[in-house]
Amino acid sequence: MRAAVVTFPGSNCDRDLAVAFETAGFEVHRVWHRDTNLPDGLDVIGLPGGFSFGDYLRCGAIAANAPICREVKAFAERGGHVLGICNGFQVLLETGLLPGALMRNANLHFVCKPVGLRVENNQSPYTSGYGGCAEITIPIAHHDGNFQADAETIARLDGDGRVAFRYIDNPNGSAGDIAGVLSANRRVLGMMPHPERAIDAMHGGTDGLAMFTALTETLVGA
Amino acid sequence: MKAKVTVMLKTGVLDPQGEAVKSALGSLGFGGVDAVRQGKVIELDLAETDPAAAEASVKEMCEKLLANTVIESYSIEIA
Repeated sequence: MRAAVVTFPGSNCDRDLAVAFETAGFEVHRVWHRDTNLPDGLDVIGLPGGFSFGDYLRCGAIAANAPICREVKAFAERGGHVLGICNGFQVLLETGLLPGALMRNANLHFVCKPVGLRVENNQSPYTSGYGGCAEITIPIAHHDGNFQADAETIARLDGDGRVAFRYIDNPNGSAGDIAGVLSANRRVLGMMPHPERAIDAMHGGTDGLAMFTALTETLVGA
Repeated sequence: MKAKVTVMLKTGVLDPQGEAVKSALGSLGFGGVDAVRQGKVIELDLAETDPAAAEASVKEMCEKLLANTVIESYSIEIA
């Protein structure tokens, strides 16, 4: 199985994300934002956390228009798996692959701490390793994680089972406590919490590991 | 010619930064500020000399990059 991790100028979780994919058995290819081709035989693309292009203009907006993102978008539209974490989630929203927007945290603070999440949908390639309504602890570290969309979009995400995770104690003002959103085909996941920072006991928790191993099992079984 | 793009959060979208500015103005003793909305201004120097063509081009820039139309509205002044 083959994963690609994209690095933008200002990405800072790219290596951690690569290690998480490797831990789950992936061969990882690192891809630069100016690249115009993805590796052959790719199973999943990871868009990492960080501050791509210094968060200039809007978080993720410039990265979403980088040359590699045209390929990422085409890959997702062909049914490929794409995982966007934190800044990667912001990029997915700016490309239009997922609906909504991430705004400045309602309390205006940068929030960096482990938070409790409820797994709302455990029928996706990323969440099938968790029990129904499981509660897990994953770190967050962001200033702009306040998920907002119009009421109709929020209702549609709820009704279609596209909310992957909700915060148990909302840290940023997100509508409906939404922490992670799936695409209609469940293959694109964007989330603010950092599962790649919770895959080793040395991290202080391992609740993120099941996301990567579930993806491996889904792809092997496919 | 020059273009000035003003990007604001859409009406109804909560603006946490505007609220913080409003609160700070209140604590400085400025009374009677009912609402504060914070946005951004982007100035562009364009090679285009036809105002209509310039406006059309800047509109495309707004839709594609300068504004996130999920949460933001924009206005364009050409001079």
